[in-house]
Amino acid sequence: MSKVETAMAAPAPQEGASPEYLDWLRRERRSRLSVRGTQLALLLVFLVLWELLPRAQIVNPLFTSYPSALWPTFLDLLKTTPQQASILTHTWSTVLATVIGFTAAMIIGTVIAAALWWWQALYRVLDPYLVVANAMPKTAFVPIFYIWLGATLSIYGMSLAISLFVTILMIYNGFQGTDANKIKLAQTFGARKGQILAKVVLPGSVPTLIAALKVNVGLSLVGVVVGEFQSANLGLGYLIQYGSQIFKLNIVMTAITILAIVSSVMYLAISWLEAAVMRRR
Amino acid sequence: MDETRAASSAGPLPRLRGRVGEGEATGAGASGAPSPPSPASGGGSAPSSASTHTESTESVTTPPKVELRDVGLRYFGREGETEALKDISLAIAPGEFVAVIGQSGCGKSTLLSLISGILRPTSGAVLVDGKPVTGPSRKVGYMLQQDYLFEWRSILENTLLGAEIQGLDMGKARERAAALLTRYGLGQFLHHRPRQLSGGMRQRVALARTLVTEPDIVLLDEPFSALDSQTRLALADEVAEILRRERKTAILVTHDIGEAISMAERIVVLSRRPGRVKSDRPIRFATADGTRPAPFAARNRPEFNGYFNTLWQELEVHVEG
Repeated sequence: MSKVETAMAAPAPQEGASPEYLDWLRRERRSRLSVRGTQLALLLVFLVLWELLPRAQIVNPLFTSYPSALWPTFLDLLKTTPQQASILTHTWSTVLATVIGFTAAMIIGTVIAAALWWWQALYRVLDPYLVVANAMPKTAFVPIFYIWLGATLSIYGMSLAISLFVTILMIYNGFQGTDANKIKLAQTFGARKGQILAKVVLPGSVPTLIAALKVNVGLSLVGVVVGEFQSANLGLGYLIQYGSQIFKLNIVMTAITILAIVSSVMYLAISWLEAAVMRRR
Repeated sequence: MDETRAASSAGPLPRLRGRVGEGEATGAGASGAPSPPSPASGGGSAPSSASTHTESTESVTTPPKVELRDVGLRYFGREGETEALKDISLAIAPGEFVAVIGQSGCGKSTLLSLISGILRPTSGAVLVDGKPVTGPSRKVGYMLQQDYLFEWRSILENTLLGAEIQGLDMGKARERAAALLTRYGLGQFLHHRPRQLSGGMRQRVALARTLVTEPDIVLLDEPFSALDSQTRLALADEVAEILRRERKTAILVTHDIGEAISMAERIVVLSRRPGRVKSDRPIRFATADGTRPAPFAARNRPEFNGYFNTLWQELEVHVEG
């Protein structure tokens, strides 16, 4: 019964808490705040150095631009734009390709992992090829994909290629790690293989699916940007390429900053999804 | 050691909210009145009970519910083959409560897997209701060593797993599940998550999950081994009472001699690997009204220690060193 009591116990501040407990809470809070404060301070130090070192001519401003130049450049890119597309359109193009990339990787990866789980012999045959495919530097294929798939599709292709194999391996391992006794339990009720997959293996692997998704978001973004370097006339990867060719580091740094924001937002979204799913367990 | 201590201790009966006591009273009354001396009333009068057929070699009056004929099972692995069971022949009557004891690794659990149909014997035949077992069937419910509740399902949803897999009428199954859980004192936890429940509560959910599909035969594979000793004794009482009242044929596998004597009306001892039937004896307690004492009470009966010592010697327990 003790577990029920803990589960039902009210959260932190009860009435009649001992002074020692209140003191402990205060110290907890202080240590949390000091971590956040230090994180913020680090970011500030970075920005200040980035601003001051070029201004003091310690590093060449032509190579680094300044943080203070980012916002004006951003506003500028909203109006006068390469390829008649505002920076928002470029950003959207990259985000869309990334979302398509990791969604496709998750779906295709899960289906292939399920097939490998279903036919053990298939896995035993394909195992070495999957491992090698996963270890290959997929970016080596960027020029080939451009030839094979054309400008747009090669970006999606690279995004998928870079995240698919790791997804298959992660999800397959998750499926394989399902508690054998839970499967036995389903078998005692006469479950068929499809039922075991649907009622035990898949729902039990949700944490693995989310972990794979976390990895994929980052990888897909890499794939998209690298693909855009080669072939696009749209997207943040294109802007970076374009900016560096005409030696406008303002454009490059602005695009990179937007990439940092995009990846943070996607990571936060997945963390939120993870918390929502885990709360249900 | 555990068994000996439990056997000699005359402490108070650990009850779970008095439901054990109530159940006993209603259960005895119910099984006594409407059904005359049918062998299905497991808790009924010992002399006329199903266990008589174990001593009398002449023809059995009722056909056995579960029958094993010269069953052998070998596991194959790259390092070689392991003979888990050899020449096992057993007949279990409807409503009988049989315990199978033996040392770890003697194939006790394998025996249950064979009866449930998730394993096929390498030789011999397993029959349920006279028909060879070809796979898992609705007639057989299997309670595993641990609850294995799915953490992504609520208590009620967990209880419905078997009904879902077997494609039963979910409306009715839901009602039955809720009724069972309520009877086991879990009515207020239907929509809780497994982690919010204690070990004993979780194992009662597992029992409900087994019984929702309404099996005639219930296989229990050391169902209390993961519990602390108080919960184990209390739950043994509850489970034995529930299975007797519902006239289930029950096969309990355990390495706990005391648990076997107190719960079962017949005990089969398996030898070390390869497991063979070493002995097969009825367990009887002389009581004034002819009803079987509840497991905890049975531990304090004079017969208990006699059975315990005999079985202890048969098991040849010795510490390996």
